[in-house]
Amino acid sequence: MKIIIVGCGKVGVTLTERLNAEGHDLTLIDKDAACLRTVADRIDVMGLEGNGVSYQTQVEAGVKQADLLIATTDSDEQNMLCCLMARKAGDCHTIARIRDPEYVREVQFIREELNMSMVINPEQEAAHEVSRLIKYPSAIKIDSFAKGRVDLMKLMIPEGSELDGLKVFEVNTKLKCRILICIVERGDEVIIPGGDFELKAGDKLSITADHKQAQDFFKKAHVPANTIKSILLIGGGKMTYYVAKLLEETNISVKIIEREFATCQKLSEMLPKAMIIHGDGTDQQLLLDEGIEQCDAIATFTGIDEENIMLSLYAHSLNPKAKMITKINRIGFDNVIRSMDLGSVINPQLISADRIVTYVRAMQNSVGSNIETLFQVAEGVEALEFRVGSDSAVTDIELQQLMLKQNLLVACINRMGKIIIPNGQDHIQKGDTVIVVTTHSGLNDLKDILK
Amino acid sequence: MNRKMVFYILSWVLRIEAILMLLPIITAVIYKEHDILYFLASAAGCALFAFLISLRKPKDMKLYTREGFVSVALSWVLLSFFGCLPFFISGQIPNLVDALFETVSGFTTTGASILSEVESMPHCMLLWRSFTHWIGGMGILVFVLAILPMAGADNIHIMRAESPGPSVGKLVPKVRSTAKILYSIYLILTFTEFVLLAVGGMPVFDAICISFGTAGTGGFAVTNAGLGGYTVYQQAVTSIFMILFGVNFNVYFLFYARKPKDALKSEEARAYLLIILAATLLITWNVRGYFATIFESFHHSLFQVASIITTTGFATQDFDLWPSFSKAILVFLMFVGACAGSTGGGIKVSRISILFKTVMKEMASMIHPNSVKIIKMEGKPIEHNVLRSINTYLATFIMIFVASIFIVSFDDFDLETTFTAVAATFNNIGPGLSAVGPTRNFGDFSILSKCVLIFDMLAGRLELFPIVLLFSPRTWRKQL
Repeated sequence: MKIIIVGCGKVGVTLTERLNAEGHDLTLIDKDAACLRTVADRIDVMGLEGNGVSYQTQVEAGVKQADLLIATTDSDEQNMLCCLMARKAGDCHTIARIRDPEYVREVQFIREELNMSMVINPEQEAAHEVSRLIKYPSAIKIDSFAKGRVDLMKLMIPEGSELDGLKVFEVNTKLKCRILICIVERGDEVIIPGGDFELKAGDKLSITADHKQAQDFFKKAHVPANTIKSILLIGGGKMTYYVAKLLEETNISVKIIEREFATCQKLSEMLPKAMIIHGDGTDQQLLLDEGIEQCDAIATFTGIDEENIMLSLYAHSLNPKAKMITKINRIGFDNVIRSMDLGSVINPQLISADRIVTYVRAMQNSVGSNIETLFQVAEGVEALEFRVGSDSAVTDIELQQLMLKQNLLVACINRMGKIIIPNGQDHIQKGDTVIVVTTHSGLNDLKDILK
Repeated sequence: MNRKMVFYILSWVLRIEAILMLLPIITAVIYKEHDILYFLASAAGCALFAFLISLRKPKDMKLYTREGFVSVALSWVLLSFFGCLPFFISGQIPNLVDALFETVSGFTTTGASILSEVESMPHCMLLWRSFTHWIGGMGILVFVLAILPMAGADNIHIMRAESPGPSVGKLVPKVRSTAKILYSIYLILTFTEFVLLAVGGMPVFDAICISFGTAGTGGFAVTNAGLGGYTVYQQAVTSIFMILFGVNFNVYFLFYARKPKDALKSEEARAYLLIILAATLLITWNVRGYFATIFESFHHSLFQVASIITTTGFATQDFDLWPSFSKAILVFLMFVGACAGSTGGGIKVSRISILFKTVMKEMASMIHPNSVKIIKMEGKPIEHNVLRSINTYLATFIMIFVASIFIVSFDDFDLETTFTAVAATFNNIGPGLSAVGPTRNFGDFSILSKCVLIFDMLAGRLELFPIVLLFSPRTWRKQL
């Protein structure tokens, strides 16, 4: 497909990398020639220097033949205008990034009037993930499928857990529960385990289960699960705002530390139930004064990744029982960050990229099976949710008889609301949604799971 | 430096060369010549070496500018070495340096020959000679990029290193598609010329060789009279196609992409055609006394101007006999060269054009020191680093040129010969003046001079930096 991406920032570059890996023809527009040159030299895409809103520039980039235009500049207004121009100049789908809370209130109206296909709000999506983590604090990461009915949860095996030393096929029988272990992360490696893979303490497991089974499993595996009653958020940016807003209906007490007085005033206006503290979040004394040692959860959401990392490490040393959530903006230094104990790492850009890549994959698909959701659950591993629209080569055959590709797992089948954690005898029917976990990228259709 | 990746690329280049070396065998069969064995042996040697240096795709396929330059430079050196084997082992060109000179002259599309006469060579050898022009014209690495599914996106560095021009860009987002498009245009134009020549009465073998030579803007002919023995129609067709192959291929792409107005607006193409027109008219007037009619004068002037500016090097007349004014214009055209992004050599019209504009701007600045003026080309402002690279190019050009003249002058030929010998090889033209004029050859130079000229031909075709960097120790050092 021909795709135009406006804006050479963090999301723009991530999207460029991922969409290029899937073989699309990409043109990147930005005003900064130096940035374009760095990207175009590294990735096989066309760089065009110019203003993405300008009709002339868009035509030069090929908007008339393009299938999709994605606007990810710093400014919401520019993104909206880019999409508007693109709709008028060519006939492509458009996706815009809109993050300002003021516009978010009217996002439905904006989408309809400007005829946009999708609006991405990275901070809000990330906030949803954070709120899920707060509801299930035992998990490091939660990705939801089947409209929230099935979760792919990542947890770390604690020292002294029953799981330490168990083989994968023994887990369900020993612990008397029905979960499926999809991925094991050990150090730098990411593995889709076979039945006789042996688990060790310190491994990060990604499992699928419905909610009740998951709670049961956590208890039996002695994964610490305290309910969260209070949360301290350091940094008063958009993400903090969205998280606080989502937690308003719960009775979790929210405390926010923010450096800028004007921002504090705005937050206080928008979040009447939260306590806003005006101060420097990196001031250790302030943190101690405001009870960092007693909070149940601590989220470091400042604008600087390094500060977030340091704060998380510091907070963990003071309050090891607390649930840690760290925001990392820049995508680099992946393996270093993974090896550090920062609790749950949230990356809004990756989340947006996931959404957009899902949309692109779904665009390419018409009949057969459609991709409903897509997550990149670990480095090189994707979890996809397919809706089975019609009978195909994978339906009505027992799973153990299907010739599945290597490094691929059918993690869950959702049949009319009933969650099935499959074993070899289950089969896929028309109308089901199926969750597949795999290291292969670029799966477009459910029949791609076959060899 | 990612050596494994460089070897992988080299291995592919050689594999392709081995296959291409089999084409002359068809000619040998048609003309019942006995040289099939030499081509088979050379192809086999080439293929064997290719397999020895690299069997599998390397794990790390990262390529940076350095790998790009080294891949291109080494590829061309190895390409030339294996390409000269048919001539050498068959005894057609018994001296190895001579055989190498002829082959390098072929691949770099120079067209300078050490042979004193060509008609006694077997057809298959002559075909291989002309075929090297065609292969080297668009570039063998561009061909590799078009057909090989190399996962890394950094192939732009290879394309940049081999393709001529101050700033090489892509036509479409993917390098591979760009390479395919370039080769398609190249093939279509070559085939069209072949058809027009054959239909016009030229023997098929000649038509193939001349088309190969025009496409690559090379200049090897298959008759001792150069192109003098062909009809006016055939010469005119060749003139037109020489000019066509000297135009930036981006212009042809714009026609294909249905943007004809943008194509016709090309500043470089206009300047190029204007220079051709002006030079032709001046020479026509200057040599009118040598011909029966003014039309004949125009025909031969146009041919020669087109041939020299595109650095092809075909000749219909012995222009060494023309008056000095005409010869001076031709020598000037040797340096101007064709458009960037074409198969021609020389400094390139776009560089000359930008240099000219820079000079004008600097002169204006001397009168108004605070004035600000942006230099534009094709309607877009030129980035500062492009300007800087053009200036560096010119400086390097002059340094290599002067050094070459000093070494070649040891052979004690007259200055006109020495100067034009270097000019004709460095700019990949072929014939010079005096002892290296269109009816003469390069056979009498010493081995040292021939080696220097081989270096010049390679440097000129690859636009200096890849070859020069090959000799710089920093390129090979482990640390960056």
